[in-house]
Amino acid sequence: MISIVAQQVRRRVAPVRVPLGAAGALLIVVGSLTPWATFFFGYPGKVTLAGFPGGARLYPLLLAPAAVLVVVDLAGRRRGGLTAALGAVAVVGWNVLAIAKDGGGFGAVAYGGWLALAGAGALALALHSLPADRPVAESFGRLPAPVELLALAGSLGLLLVVVVVGLDIEESSRFVSFAAFVGFASAALQRLGGFAWLQSVMERHHRVTIAAAALTALAFPFTQQGSSYWLRVFASIGVFAAAAIGLNVVVGLAGLLDLGYVAFFGVGVYVGALMGSAGRTTYQGEWPFILVIIIGAAVAAVFGVVIGAPTLRLRGDYLAIVTLGFGEIFRIAANNLDWLTRGPNGIAGVPDLALGNFSFGDTHEVLGFSLPAFANYYFLELLVLAGAIVVFTRLNDSRIGRAWVAIREDETAAAAMGINTWRMKLLAFAIGAFLAGAAGTVNAHVAASVSPDSFTFLESILLLAAVVLGGMGTVAGALLGSAALFILPEKLRAFQDIRLLMFGLALVLMMRFRPEGIVPSRRRQRELHDEDGGAGAMSAPPAAPVAGRGAS
Amino acid sequence: MSPEPASGDRSAPVLEARRVTKVFGGLTAVKDVDLEVGEGEIVGLIGPNGAGKTTFFNCLTGMEVPSAGDIVYRGRKLSPRAHEVTAAGIARTFQNIRLFPNMTALENVLVGRHCRTREGVFAAIGRGPTFRREERESAERARELLEFVGLRRLENALARNLPYGDQRRLEIARALATDPGLVLLDEPTAGMNPQETVAAMQLVRRIRGQGLAVVVIEHDMKFIFNVCDRVAVLVQGQKLVEGTPSEVQRDPRVVEAYLGAPVEAG
Repeated sequence: MISIVAQQVRRRVAPVRVPLGAAGALLIVVGSLTPWATFFFGYPGKVTLAGFPGGARLYPLLLAPAAVLVVVDLAGRRRGGLTAALGAVAVVGWNVLAIAKDGGGFGAVAYGGWLALAGAGALALALHSLPADRPVAESFGRLPAPVELLALAGSLGLLLVVVVVGLDIEESSRFVSFAAFVGFASAALQRLGGFAWLQSVMERHHRVTIAAAALTALAFPFTQQGSSYWLRVFASIGVFAAAAIGLNVVVGLAGLLDLGYVAFFGVGVYVGALMGSAGRTTYQGEWPFILVIIIGAAVAAVFGVVIGAPTLRLRGDYLAIVTLGFGEIFRIAANNLDWLTRGPNGIAGVPDLALGNFSFGDTHEVLGFSLPAFANYYFLELLVLAGAIVVFTRLNDSRIGRAWVAIREDETAAAAMGINTWRMKLLAFAIGAFLAGAAGTVNAHVAASVSPDSFTFLESILLLAAVVLGGMGTVAGALLGSAALFILPEKLRAFQDIRLLMFGLALVLMMRFRPEGIVPSRRRQRELHDEDGGAGAMSAPPAAPVAGRGAS
Repeated sequence: MSPEPASGDRSAPVLEARRVTKVFGGLTAVKDVDLEVGEGEIVGLIGPNGAGKTTFFNCLTGMEVPSAGDIVYRGRKLSPRAHEVTAAGIARTFQNIRLFPNMTALENVLVGRHCRTREGVFAAIGRGPTFRREERESAERARELLEFVGLRRLENALARNLPYGDQRRLEIARALATDPGLVLLDEPTAGMNPQETVAAMQLVRRIRGQGLAVVVIEHDMKFIFNVCDRVAVLVQGQKLVEGTPSEVQRDPRVVEAYLGAPVEAG
């Protein structure tokens, strides 16, 4: 029904596509330079003033160049342009609603907002009427190496800028505009082939990419001007992401749905707290911290094996239910083993780490920048995260990783191909638990206290959500998913009451429109979008079957 | 093409199945089946639908635990565990293709190399020279096998996107990657057109040319007569006849099993 209406609209609009698109783009430009609110009531971005694109008015202006696609119809890139135009609609629409809400009715919305909304709508209609996307050969010309490296550096720099600018936005409503802009703009870029090209560049300059990414991550604390607020959040994100990468081994690679995964993280946290001189004012350092991390990880891995050995004979839903039960057992046990875990009171006052004379709790001056205490933990966490990433990627690209994926794909066939499936699944469980344990040990010092309440079922679900939202089976997915799950609640405090509702809605929308996650592994992308990607995949080896047949 | 021995050497059997029986509840799917396969021999296994051919295969490969009987491979009794049977040297394909659909053709074959490689977690993380050499050798062997079945050019295609006939051949390449001494093929030409069937016959002969023994379940009689050295007929879980293809073809009991008993006059 909807598709029939869309077809009708497309046919009617097609003849006037170019004037409509041009008018839409013009209206967006005019709209972003004119007031969006009739009177001043504290709405961010000076939206009552004309002549400059203040506040959220900048974003539709940046998305308007998609109108060029109406005229040139570049190799059937309809969806990319449409995404950009819909982004403009979303940003303007959101602001109009927010202004109306804050200003006490639609009377508060000035003509500029309506103009921009109309313009964005017209542009979306014009782009919608373009002929459907033709499959485009995914071959990218090599540019000279310096140009490619410059593009690489530029995109990573842009990423850092986007993060810093995004974190600087205080108001929830403005952050939503920004997030919508970034989301739609990157989706549009991806559909126009920008990310695929960037990915091919990154693969060509593998080492440079890794070094540059590490440098970008290391540069982040220097952009915070001595403030520890976001460093604290990012240190937590790092801990969470390292655990999520571990879960990604279990769920993303081996395909084992573990709903009690947070228990392994908890084991690490308790080991870290108990061995980390909890209750004393300074870190005594009886144990070198690197050893504590390894012990915490190893203990968690042992738990993984102990829990996995009996349960991994189960498949699918049954495994999920049993792991859920074990997760709860861990929490309840931690609540009751007073002699070890101090019960529901938890362990408070885990002191700051110290390596020799270097205390993690102090502010340090580096190159004239003042780095607060949490910068130290941030760097430590980067190290743990880097370790988790190395373990994940290298195992993934080995006979073990292939065995895991084979088990996920068809366990019976995997066994028939000589894979000891039970042992490999147990290994996945142990590696996942090991990474979670390592992350947990560090978290004992980042959070400075432990209590059984931190290891509820909801935490397991959040970890799983980070993996699924970000993209199963990829490192970038786990990182992005973890970051989103931490930053969004911080930024959307205005919507605290309906936070879980929005989270659920986001999950449902993701599963409907992008089930492979934000950063999909190539395998999964092809798996879930065969109807639009399949044509290219099938036509890639032309006529080869016939030739192959002749040869055999 | 490699030299083809006219028929297998039965003096040193690769596989001895002794009185294999499989009971499901009240149903005896396979009953007291003996089968011997010599080095480099191609043995056909035929029989009407539901005769227990695939169940017999499952017992041989450890995917089902036989209710009674022994499976002996090159003088060694096998325990009924699929991965151990494969590691011992028996590889198989499936009647309903069971590739890893979202892995590439090359990755599928590489999975077959799993039981012939040893590098563990620490080697994979450390990426030492031995690990790199082993990975390189695995990839080389996998590409050789893809070349052998004629799929070299499709190594980066996802298994699920391959045409049906190619999927069957990829399954064979994956089985061969486990360096077996005996390959069990479950209906390798099912759903194939005549040209593909001819290619499959040649492929089976070439597998034997590599010195491997083959047991093949087939319904295509042309395939059985052109390729097999010996044929065993399973009917209602029991071995009815065994002999050369022409002996089996002439046997009235086989005709009866397939077509039913002639109606007695009177």
